[in-house]
Amino acid sequence: MIKGLRRVFDHLYKTVDHKYHPVVESFDTIHFTPNLITKSGSHIRDAADLKRTMMFVIFAMIPCLLFGMWNVGDQHVQAAMANGAELEGWILPTFGSGFWGKFLYGASGVLPLVIVSYVVGLAVEFVFGIIKGHSLHEGYLVSGLLIPLIMPIEVPLWQVAIAVIFAVVVAKEVFGGTGMNVINVALTARAFIFFAHPNSMIGDKVWVDGFSGETSLGKLATKINDSAALEQFSNDTFMSTILGVEAGSIGETSVVAILLGAAFLLITGVGSWRIMLSFFLGGLSLAYIFNLVGPGIDNYYMQLNPFHLLFLGSFMFGMVFMVTDPVSAAQTNTGKYIYGFLAGFLSILIRVLNPAYPEGVMLGILIANVFAPTIDHYVIQANINKRKKRAKLAATAA
Amino acid sequence: MELLNLFIKSAFAENMVFTFFFGMCSYLAVSKTVKTAVGLGAAVIFVLLITVPVNYWLNYYILSDGALSWLGDKEGIGLLPQAEASAINLSFLSFIMFIAVIAAMVQLVEMVVEKFAPALYGALGIFLPLIAVNCAILGGSLFMQQKNFPNGGYAAVYGLGSGFGWFLAIVLIAAIREKIRYSNVPGPLRGVGMAFILTGLMGLAFLGFLGF
Repeated sequence: MIKGLRRVFDHLYKTVDHKYHPVVESFDTIHFTPNLITKSGSHIRDAADLKRTMMFVIFAMIPCLLFGMWNVGDQHVQAAMANGAELEGWILPTFGSGFWGKFLYGASGVLPLVIVSYVVGLAVEFVFGIIKGHSLHEGYLVSGLLIPLIMPIEVPLWQVAIAVIFAVVVAKEVFGGTGMNVINVALTARAFIFFAHPNSMIGDKVWVDGFSGETSLGKLATKINDSAALEQFSNDTFMSTILGVEAGSIGETSVVAILLGAAFLLITGVGSWRIMLSFFLGGLSLAYIFNLVGPGIDNYYMQLNPFHLLFLGSFMFGMVFMVTDPVSAAQTNTGKYIYGFLAGFLSILIRVLNPAYPEGVMLGILIANVFAPTIDHYVIQANINKRKKRAKLAATAA
Repeated sequence: MELLNLFIKSAFAENMVFTFFFGMCSYLAVSKTVKTAVGLGAAVIFVLLITVPVNYWLNYYILSDGALSWLGDKEGIGLLPQAEASAINLSFLSFIMFIAVIAAMVQLVEMVVEKFAPALYGALGIFLPLIAVNCAILGGSLFMQQKNFPNGGYAAVYGLGSGFGWFLAIVLIAAIREKIRYSNVPGPLRGVGMAFILTGLMGLAFLGFLGF
């Protein structure tokens, strides 16, 4: 079987026009590690090439993806029961409204998003690969799964397709492709839909006409009017926020599933613990400050328990999968602390103080991405100055 | 607190570059390295910080409709009858007066930079005197005129905030342009094309501050 596959690819290399070799090669290297050997002075410390690294990130996202599928079905069933409506379609009546029914129903909503995202994004990558004549970049493998995970379930597929094209072309390919982008591709796609089609991004529907649930953040912004209601809200939703049994974008709801992914990323060394830690601390410190000045101000974000505030919405998802993007983050170690802290701080700042956006994580991270090269520049400059000073001292001592 | 709010609003939510696309020509031309960007940004902060309050007082005491009423006859010592003085409206002169103030300030900055930082003076070249016609600067004064601030302090904070926003924008894009200098950017987009795309993407990110 493996040998047969090898033969197929070898045959393709010979028969396919030279122009399309990047396409063949990219499918080849998904199955086989390229047998290229560095001829001189290599510096490789690890067997993982870019494609394997990307695969690690995808593995880390699988808990979120599977949980998201179940949660979509669960939200739908709950909303239908609350409204006393019939379960529509054929999946739920066939498989029942137990675990498998919910999971399959959710999957039938999530998988089209994943497929559209991958097909459109990879098509753009192939076109650019063929035009430029370079081997195909595999960077889209991760972005392509991240994009559906940060979309609300009811977003129309054509909007996803347009957003993916915009993000891949404008945020990545014009910069020279994978590894060269300045801002995160998946977040660009989300921001594009967010500003171009704001109605699709409110995230208050549970993927069926007529029923609408509401994200906890939305509830907090609109429904909570006094401290008793806040207390009630806090008690009611704390556990469901951690488990993720609530409305929201597909992959972002469950803190448990996200932390599973985070553990995998940290153990394999793919995600940067510096960024995750400082991002969390940045958000937490601002949440604590708001908590101190909060009483008496008519903004109930401020009075919520800081940890609870961080577990709501996409903060945790952003911490593990978005802000750690090794390309758009700061590159220096000191810079990573500053960058992560800034991103977390801005995320909570926008969430709490900006009434226009109930969720600020996406924009907070995008702004931090824009700041990252400047942070790096000054960190490096400080290091140069330090060494110059040291050299001067050594020279005068000698 | 109100002043802090005004500062943040003018620096981020109403950023001169990302919201109004003001001051683009020097923004695009001088943003190739961080060092020169910092120099020009600092010059813009300084000029805005001085010219906006000066123009505020000009506007308040001389140019706006009825501003000259202080010339009026109070207990027989004024120059003009009170009604005549209050009827004077010199607001048609505001453009030329504002520009004159700005040009004078820029001359001053130019002399200072030439004396104390000759290397920066050489690097900025023609773009330093061109601050005089940088629309971010005149825009600052004209927005100030529209906003009807209660006193000159507000105008100064507004000038400082706008200048800081412009400074931030040019330093950020300069750092990014340094970073992508060796990227494999498609030929036609190299240079200014990339700067425009970057400005758009940065503006997308800065939309997060809109609504504060």
